[in-house]
Amino acid sequence: MNDDSGSDNIHETGDNSEIWNLTLYVAGQTPKSIEAFENLKELCETHLKDRYIIEVIDLVQNPELAKNDQILAIPTLVRKLPEPIKKIIGTLANEEKVLVGLDIKQS
Amino acid sequence: MSSNFNKITIEKCSSGIHGLDEITGGGLPKGRPTLICGSAGCGKTLFAMQFLVEGVENDEPGVFVSFEETQEELEKNFASLGIDLKTLEKQEKFAVEYIFFDRTQIEETGEFDLEGLFIRLAYAVEQIGAKRIVLDTVEAIFSGLPNEFILRSELRRLFNWLKSKGLTAVITGEKGEKSLTRYGLEEYVADCVILLDNSVVDKISTRNLRIIKYRGSSHGHNEYPFLIDEDGISVLPVTSLQLEHEAPSQYIKTGIERLDTMLEGKGFYKGSSVLVTGAAGTGKSSIAAQFAENTCKNGEKCLIFAFEESPKQIIRNMQSIGIDIQTWVDKGLLKFHATRPTLYGLETHLVNMHKVVNRFQPDVVIFDPISNLITVGSKEEVKSMLTRLIDYLKNKQITILSTSLTMMGHIETDTGVSSLMDTWIDLKSIETNGERNRTIDIVKPRGMYHSNQVREFKLTNKGIKLIDVYIGQDGMLTGSARVSRIFEEKAEKLECEQDVERKQRELEQKRQKMEAQITELKAQFESEKLKLDKNIAQRKLKEKALEYERAVMAKPLHFNGDK
Repeated sequence: MNDDSGSDNIHETGDNSEIWNLTLYVAGQTPKSIEAFENLKELCETHLKDRYIIEVIDLVQNPELAKNDQILAIPTLVRKLPEPIKKIIGTLANEEKVLVGLDIKQS
Repeated sequence: MSSNFNKITIEKCSSGIHGLDEITGGGLPKGRPTLICGSAGCGKTLFAMQFLVEGVENDEPGVFVSFEETQEELEKNFASLGIDLKTLEKQEKFAVEYIFFDRTQIEETGEFDLEGLFIRLAYAVEQIGAKRIVLDTVEAIFSGLPNEFILRSELRRLFNWLKSKGLTAVITGEKGEKSLTRYGLEEYVADCVILLDNSVVDKISTRNLRIIKYRGSSHGHNEYPFLIDEDGISVLPVTSLQLEHEAPSQYIKTGIERLDTMLEGKGFYKGSSVLVTGAAGTGKSSIAAQFAENTCKNGEKCLIFAFEESPKQIIRNMQSIGIDIQTWVDKGLLKFHATRPTLYGLETHLVNMHKVVNRFQPDVVIFDPISNLITVGSKEEVKSMLTRLIDYLKNKQITILSTSLTMMGHIETDTGVSSLMDTWIDLKSIETNGERNRTIDIVKPRGMYHSNQVREFKLTNKGIKLIDVYIGQDGMLTGSARVSRIFEEKAEKLECEQDVERKQRELEQKRQKMEAQITELKAQFESEKLKLDKNIAQRKLKEKALEYERAVMAKPLHFNGDK
């Protein structure tokens, strides 16, 4: 059993050249949206530096886009690439959980 | 002031469910959410869809928010019920918003809300200018998304949002073990709650609908049976029927002349209910068939609910006693609806009968035999169902004739329906001297003078014939006993007549004898009288002669000159 401290347990997945395509769905400039975006930005800078694209979609402006990715909760982060699609809802407050959820790190 | 309060009534909009608007007094609350709860397969989705289709017809576009079925699945499922969703979508009066969760795909971290759902709903509603919306089944979010606490508060927000948008909403919810819905949606939807139920008793399922709550409106409180068939959901509004049916004064002939005679010579009242009871083989069906045939002969329509025999069997059997039913079936005046009572539950039968009656619009409805329905439910249930059915038919001025099987010797029927009936005809079969004879009598005819006499009836090859029974000092006799008694009587009468004749002859003879004697005596008298008269005359002459003599003797002798 691995203990939960230390960075030995972190296995970065995918080869380093792979581009991560992330979409963050928000609804207006709410505190939650801003918090989620900041958390995401920080995380990507730390773990996926230079190989990520973040697209922010504001559903207030483009409500028709919610249907495609089956968005209900706001904010929702969708990992479109690499496949398969992954979704994380919430303000992304727990970095560990986000890393696991995005398969950046396996638990 | 208070009178003003009373005048405020909730605006309602038609639900699209046959019969439901009658129970609710107009439909579902307009601009408010209604919760439809029930277990799986009880018709929630269909209810919701009918509600939307009705909206489209009333120029109120609707959005179907589906949490379970995809648009394609819905289109396919409803095509089989004759609802063409694709066409409605093309007219832009209807839209499906399919909402899907894959829990395995979704992680949660940090706060979130369901603004995305709101945006999607708002967008869908806006696109077609929807007035109605269905959420089927919104509870799916509880299994699809984490954090129940957030979901609950968001759900509350959702219902407030629906109200603020003025949308008439139908929200479906799966029935929970202890609560109406698994996640307690009834907490949020406080305006109108309808429970659909599919109960199975003795392996027969019955669908029931009940309005649990309808804020600001009166409504029926009962369990209303409903039916799902090719026309969708039909609810039977039972309590909307009241004892207000007309009492018609026209008559309808029974088809049996002597039976009409027993009923003031007029027959049954139109729109009344007639019960024909009797043990097995007493001829109940035959009387019903004769009535049916006669009804059709008069150009009226007759509907027969057969619970025992197939239509073909009935037609064949009635042919044998000279009642021709086939002709009227061919002409479309007579219709059979044959079902096994055990095919469905009592309520389903009731709803079904309603539908058939509504479609065929008969003048006469025959149930043969009504007692078979007892196999489907308890006596009370059957009675309550029959009450509703009879009320319904009477309201439509339809004459009802039901046959009911009674046990030997018991006059009361199995179903205890006799009190519901206006006219009660009892058939008996009496076994004496090695033969069985049928009798008919009228136990009860409401509102008319009737014969109190029992008649014997025969099933001849020309239909049913009624014959007077023999009533004498030996009691009532039927059949050959009656015939032989009649012969006996004839013989007695003949004997009596002969006796009288003989006596009269004797008397005549005596008189003649007497007269002869009188004549003889007279003759005798005459001859004696003659003799006596002669005698008397002689006597008188003699006396005269003597007198003369005496006179002569007494005269003085002056001849001699004695001066």
